[in-house]
Amino acid sequence: MTGSQTKVDFSKIDEIITQCGGKKSNLIAILQKVQEVYRYLPEDAMIYIGTKMEGLSPATVFGVATFYAQFSLDPKGKYEIRCCDGTACHVRGSMPVLNAIRARLDLKDGKFTTDDGLFSLETVSCLGACGLAPVVMINDKVYPQMTSDAIKVVLDTILQEENK
Amino acid sequence: MSEDKKTLFIEGKEVEFTDEPNLLEVIRKAGMNVPTFCYRPDLTQFGACRMCVVEVEYPNGRVMVNSSCTMPPEAGIKVKINSQRVRKIRKTVLELLLTNHDRECTTCDKSGQCELQQYSEEYGVRKLKYPTLTKEEMMEIDDKNPSLVRDPNKCILCGACVRACSEFQGHSVLGFANRGSRTVVQPMNGRLLAEVDCVFCGQCQAVCPTGALTIKSDVDKVWDEINNKEKKVVVQIAPSVRVAIGEMFGLKPGENTIGKIYAALRRIGFDLVFDTNFSADLTITEEATEFVDRLTNKGLLPMFTSCCPAWVRYMETQHPDMLGHLSSCKSPEGMMSSVLKDLLPKHNEEYTEDNTVVVSIMPCTAKKYEAKRSQLRRNGKFDTDYVLTTKEFGRMIKEAGIDFENLEPEQADSPFGGYTGAGTIFGASGGVAEAAARTAYYYVTGENIPETDIKGMRGVDKNSRSKTVELDIKGTHVVVRVVSTLKEAEKAIQEIKNGTANFQLLEVMACPGGCINGGGQPFSCNDITIKEQRAEGLYKEDRELPVRLSHENPDIIRFYKEEYEKPGSHKSHEYLHTTYADMRKGSYKDLK
Repeated sequence: MTGSQTKVDFSKIDEIITQCGGKKSNLIAILQKVQEVYRYLPEDAMIYIGTKMEGLSPATVFGVATFYAQFSLDPKGKYEIRCCDGTACHVRGSMPVLNAIRARLDLKDGKFTTDDGLFSLETVSCLGACGLAPVVMINDKVYPQMTSDAIKVVLDTILQEENK
Repeated sequence: MSEDKKTLFIEGKEVEFTDEPNLLEVIRKAGMNVPTFCYRPDLTQFGACRMCVVEVEYPNGRVMVNSSCTMPPEAGIKVKINSQRVRKIRKTVLELLLTNHDRECTTCDKSGQCELQQYSEEYGVRKLKYPTLTKEEMMEIDDKNPSLVRDPNKCILCGACVRACSEFQGHSVLGFANRGSRTVVQPMNGRLLAEVDCVFCGQCQAVCPTGALTIKSDVDKVWDEINNKEKKVVVQIAPSVRVAIGEMFGLKPGENTIGKIYAALRRIGFDLVFDTNFSADLTITEEATEFVDRLTNKGLLPMFTSCCPAWVRYMETQHPDMLGHLSSCKSPEGMMSSVLKDLLPKHNEEYTEDNTVVVSIMPCTAKKYEAKRSQLRRNGKFDTDYVLTTKEFGRMIKEAGIDFENLEPEQADSPFGGYTGAGTIFGASGGVAEAAARTAYYYVTGENIPETDIKGMRGVDKNSRSKTVELDIKGTHVVVRVVSTLKEAEKAIQEIKNGTANFQLLEVMACPGGCINGGGQPFSCNDITIKEQRAEGLYKEDRELPVRLSHENPDIIRFYKEEYEKPGSHKSHEYLHTTYADMRKGSYKDLK
């Protein structure tokens, strides 16, 4: 676990558990909702869910959270960058794009969230838009046919907006 | 369950089957065997290790390879358990497991009892095709608690520990994390066992096929104390050790070897040899007194037994609001250590507060943790200095070159060696409650219980983990609930919380079947009848002993007369009773 942990509002988690019927079979849905709130799964939230819900334990919740790639145990950025490295994107040059993002945001040594918490970067296996390869998604917006130069422009634009 | 006998063929031999849960059981009942890692008869089938694969030919001619532990038996199938094809599969499984395994066998605690080592030898694995685990890839070993050592580099991901923790203790301290080749078994987020709510029952270790979970050994420290001329080292031995240690020397499970044990302890070099059965009797007189007092003076009921350190830790970490239900009595082991440290220096000039070392031999890994409890100290010194498990004791006997099978039986030292049948049955689930009921009956009525055997409290198999017995103490009705495993204990607690509990006394032993199946006992998880044989060994000794009621133990009567006045006296409370603490505070679950 890296970085500092967000303070968890347990009444909010209680609400989510109730919404999901308090059933352990709905654990994935619960974790998804928690991740929507915090943009990742804070450790305290997992411990709380594992302690509070019948038939679960913190170790079990952690097991589910680490099994699925959709869950993040580290805080994600305000802008979640998903760089596709599926077969089509890979052969059309996703690696240079990925390296360009890392260089522009100064993400070294396996770090995947910027220090200011603005950006987080992950690779995904397919975004289902192979015709537009290589593809990058930032939050809900799709950026098709990226190059290392094009992605720099995209990032610069976002940074400019943020610095206004 | 169906009574009709159906048949199938194993290696050409026609074999009958009825309601066996899986093909593996049919194979084993027929006197044949296939290797297994993840299959443990007391746990759910998991089908993870793929060692038990067999080749099955169906009546329609279709041939399949399947894991026999997850496959229900079917009439008419032809099963090959050792065909070239399945042997090759098993060998590949072994090679792959060994590739990811720290193969420092000679220094491994499990060496000689490791199933991975055994099958690798049997299948003649001599060469590995793939690059093996390097020093840099090794993960950190967790030996930061008094009871258990977790070495993830020896883990083969069979999941037996994960299932034991969840299915026995309902607790799931251990879980799988990550996915695919990065999968590990670990406590929440890779924490140390000491940092999570592990109760140190050691059942994970008891079902582990390799050296991934082992007992933290105190053998070397005990040898050092024995060889230290300045020290006087005394030892006590728990009820269930006597019916299990023989298994390590080729004797039958359940065979009572207590005379040989006393003899072996003296050969090893202990100065005085005592029996925890004596203090089990002492516990009963104290606990029955406390129970009768709560019953007649409207104290907090139901009362919980407090002999099991894993259970006590469970209460302290999970239900700190209910600690008042726990009997204030120390465990028999705790009482004995406390009494020894108090009385030996008073009555024997060779013993002083500084040179007396108390060693306990226990079937239990949690006892190692209990010995380090801050409440079990006097003048800054722990009452119990070292706890050895049955397995460690067996190793000491071997290391000392003692021919255990042929030892002449000896007696324990007095005055803390004499015991009754009530003390000896402490080792089996139900034994504490039965012993307490025998004495409580006497305390309430002034007469001895008409039927000494309380059969309804007995039974250590899978279906006897929760028993309810109603006693009629001459008009006073007392309901006793006997549970083993913390999963069953939790159900009883929930009954109290929701107001449906009808019992006044709750006996809890954390290990399935009680201490006879404790985490420190010899490896036995592949045969569910072993714990029944061990329990029968204890009940047999109970039947054969001349005195079967704790309050009639002449040593106990003399003990109170000369030393501690009477059960529940001021002196008793000072030395034989203890307190408990809220351990939720400051733990990882103490969320702000």
